[in-house]
Amino acid sequence: MDKRIRVLVAKPGLDGHDRGAKVVARALRDAGFEVIYTGIRLTPEQIAEAALQEDVNVVALSLLSGAHNTLFPRAVELLKEKGLTDVLVIGGGVIPDADIPGLKAAGVAEVFTPGTPTSEIVEFIKTNVK
Amino acid sequence: MDIVNGVLSGSRLALSRAITAVENEYDEAVEIMQKLYLHTGRAYVIGITGPPGAGKSTLTDKIAKDFRRQGKKVGIVAVDPTSPYSGGAILGDRIRMNELTEDEGVFIRSMATRGSLGGLSQKTAEVVKLMDAFGADVIIIETVGVGQSEVDIVKTADTTMVVLVPGLGDDIQAIKAGILEIGDIFTINKADREGIDRLNIEIEMMLELNPKEVNWRPPINRTIASKGEGIKDLMETIANHQQFLNESGELEVRRVERLKTELLAMINDQIGRYVVNKLTKSGEFDTMVNSIQQRERDPYSVVKSILASVLR
Repeated sequence: MDKRIRVLVAKPGLDGHDRGAKVVARALRDAGFEVIYTGIRLTPEQIAEAALQEDVNVVALSLLSGAHNTLFPRAVELLKEKGLTDVLVIGGGVIPDADIPGLKAAGVAEVFTPGTPTSEIVEFIKTNVK
Repeated sequence: MDIVNGVLSGSRLALSRAITAVENEYDEAVEIMQKLYLHTGRAYVIGITGPPGAGKSTLTDKIAKDFRRQGKKVGIVAVDPTSPYSGGAILGDRIRMNELTEDEGVFIRSMATRGSLGGLSQKTAEVVKLMDAFGADVIIIETVGVGQSEVDIVKTADTTMVVLVPGLGDDIQAIKAGILEIGDIFTINKADREGIDRLNIEIEMMLELNPKEVNWRPPINRTIASKGEGIKDLMETIANHQQFLNESGELEVRRVERLKTELLAMINDQIGRYVVNKLTKSGEFDTMVNSIQQRERDPYSVVKSILASVLR
C-alpha cells in the first residue's frame, strides 16, 4: 500500500467561521489526501496532540479572529516540543500581508489568504511535504 | 528512536509512528508486529457500528470518558470511508472527541478504509494490537456500518455494539438482516426523538427470530449521547457483557476463532504472494494467462500444476 499524505485541518482560537476550513478540507480530500478534520475552537495544545496521534504530514491552520500572530507560532512550537519536527505547517484566513513574514519566520511554511485557489494549496503541499 | 521499546514504554509518538508503519506497510512493519505481538491480548476491545449520523462518535466520547473515570487507559480507532473517486478521505470523528485529546490516558487514531474491506479489517486489527501493546486497557473501534461490511468489526471486537436512531423509517428493513447477527448490545441513540418505541419493538422482534442467541440475549439501551443521558446504564450493560464473555468462556471461543481467521489470512496472503512473485518474475504467469485465454489449458489444471511444483 502506498503512502498517503495525511493533513490535519484545525481551527485554533475562538472564531467559529469554519467555511474556509471546510472548503479546504474537501479540496484536499479530492486531491487524494487523508484529511483529519477537527473542528472549531481548539487550543494549540489540542492541535499539536492531535497531530501527534494522527502522525500527519501537514498541519493546516485556519483562523479569522486576528489571533494568528500568537496562536500559529504557539502551535509550531508545541509540535516541535512533541518531537514532530518534520511536519509542514501552513496557515490560512484573513491575515494581513504585513504579518506574513513574521509567521514564516516563526515556522509557518506558507500563508494562504482569501481568494487563493484551492489547487494552489494542493500544489504547495505536494511540493513541500516531507 | 526505537519504536518497539517506545510503544512498550507508553510513548505516544512511538505508537503513532508504529501505526503509520503498519498502515503504509513499511518494511519495518512486520518486525514491529513480531516483537510486539507477545505483549498483546490484554485489552478489552469494543466495536461500535451503525448508520451515519447515529451518534457513534459522541457515544464513543462518553464511553471513553466513563472508562477514564474508572482509571482505564483507552485507545480509540475511528474508521471512515475512503472516497472511491479520489482515494482521499475526510476523517471527522475527532470533532466529537476534542476534549479527550487533552487526556494523556487516551489515544485516538483516525483511519481511512483505503479501498478493500479486507485491508480495513487487517490493518484495523493490527492497529488494535499496537494499542494493546502500548498498554490500553480498553480499545474502542468505531466504524460506519449498515449491515454488510461491518462484519469485519465483529472479527476484531470482543463486544460489538450496534447504534441505531429512531426515524430511519423503512431503512431499518434494509439493515435488519446484517445487524441482527452482529450486535451483542443494541443502543438506540437520540432517544428523545419520535419513533423510539416502534424501533424498540422492531429490534425486539428481530431478536425473537434469532435462534442462536441462547446464553446472551442482546439488551437494548436508550441514550441521548449529546446530553450524556443513559450512559450509566449503557456502561453497566457493557460491563455485564464483558463479565458474560469471561464467565461463559465465550471470550476464549471468540479469540480462538479470531486467531484462526488471522492466521489463515496470513498464510494465504504470504504463500499466495510468494508463489505469484515467483511466477511473475519468471514470466510463467503471463504464459499461463495466455494459454488459458487461447483455451489451450484451463485454469483449474494450471493451479493444480502450480501447487504440485510448489510442493515438490
